[in-house]
Amino acid sequence: MIAAQLPALQVVMPLLAAPLCVVIRRTAPAWSLALVVTWACLAVSIALLIQVLDGGTISYEIGGWAAPWGIEYRVDLASAFVLVIVSAIGSVVMPFARVSVVREVAPDRIYLFYTMYLLCLTGLLGIAITGDAFNLFVFLEISSLSSYVLISLGRDRRALTAAYRYLIMGTIGATFYIIGVGMMYMMTGTLNIADLATLIPAVADTRTIQVALAFLTVGVSLKLALFPLHLWLPNAYAFAPSVVTAFLAATATKVAVYVLVRIYFTVFGAVQLLETMPVRGVLLGLALVGMFAASAVAIFQNDVKRMLAYSSVAQVGYMVLGISFATVTGLTGGLVHLFNHALMKCALFMAMGCIVLRIGSVHIRDLDGLGKRMPLTMAAFVVGGLSLIGLPLTVGFVSKWYLVQAALEQDWWPVALLVMLSSLLAVAYVWRIVEAAYFRPVPAGAPAVQEAPVSMLLPMWLLAGACVYFGIDATRTLEVATNAALFLLEGVR
Amino acid sequence: MKRKAVLRVNAKLLIPLILLFALYVQFHGDFGPGGGFQAGVIFGSGFILYAIIFGVEVARRVAPAWLVRIGLASGVLLYAGVGVVGMLLGSNYLDYSVLAHDPVHGQHLGILLIEFGVGLTVACSMITIFFIFAGQRPGGEGR
Repeated sequence: MIAAQLPALQVVMPLLAAPLCVVIRRTAPAWSLALVVTWACLAVSIALLIQVLDGGTISYEIGGWAAPWGIEYRVDLASAFVLVIVSAIGSVVMPFARVSVVREVAPDRIYLFYTMYLLCLTGLLGIAITGDAFNLFVFLEISSLSSYVLISLGRDRRALTAAYRYLIMGTIGATFYIIGVGMMYMMTGTLNIADLATLIPAVADTRTIQVALAFLTVGVSLKLALFPLHLWLPNAYAFAPSVVTAFLAATATKVAVYVLVRIYFTVFGAVQLLETMPVRGVLLGLALVGMFAASAVAIFQNDVKRMLAYSSVAQVGYMVLGISFATVTGLTGGLVHLFNHALMKCALFMAMGCIVLRIGSVHIRDLDGLGKRMPLTMAAFVVGGLSLIGLPLTVGFVSKWYLVQAALEQDWWPVALLVMLSSLLAVAYVWRIVEAAYFRPVPAGAPAVQEAPVSMLLPMWLLAGACVYFGIDATRTLEVATNAALFLLEGVR
Repeated sequence: MKRKAVLRVNAKLLIPLILLFALYVQFHGDFGPGGGFQAGVIFGSGFILYAIIFGVEVARRVAPAWLVRIGLASGVLLYAGVGVVGMLLGSNYLDYSVLAHDPVHGQHLGILLIEFGVGLTVACSMITIFFIFAGQRPGGEGR
């Protein structure tokens, strides 16, 4: 009986735990509850992935109302894959959070942190699992509103402006999305994604649907921080508490990429959107420009969190690049990069959290000689950084390999070349940190610094280890990503 | 504004009616226009009016922070909890039909409880938002 209820449980568990944290209010029990619930979420998502791999797509009718009318939860390979990514990051961050949050969030607001964290998780999991375009909007708002609060919890007063800016941009994005959904509803009379997919081809040539597509693309691109629409992201990531940055950087933009994939390959799957409309060129161009521009800006950042934030914008470029190929190899590269980038960025931002805990700053001048003072933290940072560059034996290499292959398959060799060139920019900004941490002496008179506590090192090294493990043996992740890509492209062909 | 007799008397007359009307909108929601959100806003505005006329401190005594916070949380818990009860009774999440012997009664009961949860949370949110803004002093952070 429980197996049949898993899709609902996936979302309901964190949703119930969030208000409970408000009632509990004390820090330690709230943390314990959040810990148990996030790991239970991970178990549910893995169970769902196994169910989908064995028996195909799962459909769950909320409230017992049949699909095109009622709200349907629909778990296919692509959504199960994203569910696992989100809940895995959500659960690994939790043990890390206990100490880090005490350092970076005001004591009387810590219970709010756990509440908002669980709500954000609810929203992100909901986006991935729902099969209803309007319900997706509701979950998008749940995750967005809670992430604005999470960002504003940062002790730096500038966190408030950063959160406010994100609120404005995020609201515009969500509004555009809902305008797009409204236009599709106007033409088809349905909100169910699977139903939309069957009804859209008949009306695809109308201007309404084309305008809807434009609104959807721009709205979702705002949420996923595609290059010219990324301006909210660097400050939001830089001033948010480190735990929040680690969680959001690894999940929020990934889920938005998933929404884009859903729209292009499921809702508009039968229209062969990327071939018949000029969407592909726009995506490809913006992805490439983003890869270079954001990486170039990252090189000149002195706040390391900001630097990593700009690098996130560049990495989103790789994912969108994968989508714009619209081939199995390309989409596989894009999807597997969702997972890979989540691992490395979460590990990197966790390293930032450890440094903030011990040093109190992540400015590059404060990192001098840190390789000797916090060897384990900096080593994890290096592993994450190498992944970011795409060195062989790390996960970053796997994704880039697939993207280059996809480009060569279509004889787009300049694109392949650009993917490799952009990695050089990543070398530049990662090297700046490595140079400071390992090749500069510890400043004279610097206070003695302890290594971060085990509760923070363990999750960080779990992710750093995963960066290497899935870089050496990528069969499992690639299998899921390839099958998900095949499944998504079935709609196209 | 405590000294303005007209305001005070009128507020005393109006507030019970506002609260009563909120309850009407709440529980009449499944037969006519209304529902949890509207009722919550009306109910909350009754409190806010009281706080404006008689002072935030006095209103705080009627609705202390811990009570409002618990109300805030329990509304959501009620909503999500009704869904879970549906699951425990062997149906899908938020299926009200299994809540009573007769599916029609079940649907009635379900929507009534859910809307009450919405109303509770919305009313408490309105009160919280007002108190937070009203408690702010110029140049400093209010609690």
